[in-house]
Amino acid sequence: MIERIKEKLGDKIKEIKFHNEKRIYITVDKKDLKEVVNIIFNQLGARYQIVSGIENFDNFELLYHFSFDKENGIVVSFRTFLDKEKPEIESLTSIIPGISYIEREIWELLGINFIGHPNLKHFLLREDWQENLYPLRKGVKKDGRE
Amino acid sequence: MAENKKVIVPIGPYHPLLEEPEYFQLYCDGEEVVDVEWIAGYNHRGIEKLSESKHWEQVTFLVERICGICSTSHPIAYCNAVEDLSGIEIPERAKYIRNVIGELERLHSHLLWVGLAGHFLGYNTVFMWAWKYREPILDMFEMITGNRNHYAMLRIGGVRRDIEDEDIPVLKKTLSEVKDKIKMLTEAVLDDPVLGARLKGVGVLKKQDIKNYGAVGPIARASGVDIDVRKDDPYAAYNLVEWKVITTENGDVFDKAVVRLLESFESIKIIEQSLDAIYHKKGEIWKEVRNIPEGEGIGHHEAPRGEVFHYVRSDGNTTSPVRHKIRAPSYVNIPTFKASCIGQTISDVCIILAGVDPCYCCTERVAVYDKDKKKKVYSFDQLVKKSIEKTERIKKEIGKEGKLWKKLL
Repeated sequence: MIERIKEKLGDKIKEIKFHNEKRIYITVDKKDLKEVVNIIFNQLGARYQIVSGIENFDNFELLYHFSFDKENGIVVSFRTFLDKEKPEIESLTSIIPGISYIEREIWELLGINFIGHPNLKHFLLREDWQENLYPLRKGVKKDGRE
Repeated sequence: MAENKKVIVPIGPYHPLLEEPEYFQLYCDGEEVVDVEWIAGYNHRGIEKLSESKHWEQVTFLVERICGICSTSHPIAYCNAVEDLSGIEIPERAKYIRNVIGELERLHSHLLWVGLAGHFLGYNTVFMWAWKYREPILDMFEMITGNRNHYAMLRIGGVRRDIEDEDIPVLKKTLSEVKDKIKMLTEAVLDDPVLGARLKGVGVLKKQDIKNYGAVGPIARASGVDIDVRKDDPYAAYNLVEWKVITTENGDVFDKAVVRLLESFESIKIIEQSLDAIYHKKGEIWKEVRNIPEGEGIGHHEAPRGEVFHYVRSDGNTTSPVRHKIRAPSYVNIPTFKASCIGQTISDVCIILAGVDPCYCCTERVAVYDKDKKKKVYSFDQLVKKSIEKTERIKKEIGKEGKLWKKLL
């Protein structure tokens, strides 16, 4: 399977890391991500699992987890890095309808903007939640204060 | 969105019966539902954030508190993730014990669902009997773990308690009694013409819907998508025992019930084989894990409602995860309402929502607003009554009482 992914994605793969034979992490550029996910989801038949948003010291990181259930159950995670100052990326709702909720969650908890999301409003937090306070960021304490 | 639709029926967010509050807005045209919106966060406890300030060992018990019904599913997935991160292979005996706990949980959770589904349809006999048969399973939990719920059995590198040899015959006897009861219940439910008329063709999910929303578990398997993490990416001892994945083709609520009931027998098979293995294979139940190296790990577990997914990252220096992402199965199953509820009537929505086995919190405080701002409030009782009325109507239409009553009584 991994050979087919490599063949389909070609030079869009910036880095590939095998944690073990079932957990593979592929780094792609954020401008290629939409096309990569389209190929993985629609042509190679991967199952969308979830997106993990992570705040690093000098950037933000998104991991799009996909599973190939009938190919030995491997989990392939596509990693992409976003700018720390103005984190934004294209929304994938047009490819995977179910991704809408997690994009909204990452937007409100980590402050990553999803360009082109049809309904980017609060999902877990109150509608009148303080602007620019993103509770999952490292600087924010557990009680929600900075 | 709301302005151009005729009526909004909000379902939720709170009901004292239910384990988690959630809120659905149904956009209706007469009796027919034309759109659904899901609003969550009423029970958001910030566990991902909290996890970043706990020790690796403490997180096992923290994630157990995510859900009261499938409380061991999150620890299993979390331990799988940490063990994947650090490349730990757990002792064989611990694998079988994890099997037993995981499957007992599936049994009690599926019976709980069957009972509640019966209740929503006005078949309170099903509710009473299913919950009665669930009771010995909780007793088995108490025997093994000391608790009826929140078993605290898991730890990174194995399990915390052993299953004693002298308990095994008692457990097996209880299990075989439960098996007979579930068999009777299954036959009664599957043969009942009223339940068939009420549930077949209701809330259908197609294979494409499953793919689009990433739905998992019995919801996916009822639509003929044979995904099951236990088979596809085996962990614990699921590849060491004989069992099969149950699938059906129609994707309606009836098939979801069938999948859950038939799965219960597979669970019993797994538990029986695992108990035999535990009896014959002695050894360690956990392996000491001193520190977690730098890296990232993914673990998943097939919970009663579908795949639980955990992602953890460690920087190798601190004693807590740097990031811990958790995805519960309902997170991807609930959005399928967009596909299954639309085009159905309000009286069916109750059971379609229940068919996914989310948290049923919803049905208290249902209010119907019409476009002239006249407000009419449906109580939980009225909504259930509406559902029961439809069952009664179908009973009359097919001209006979279900055989269910005779079988059970």
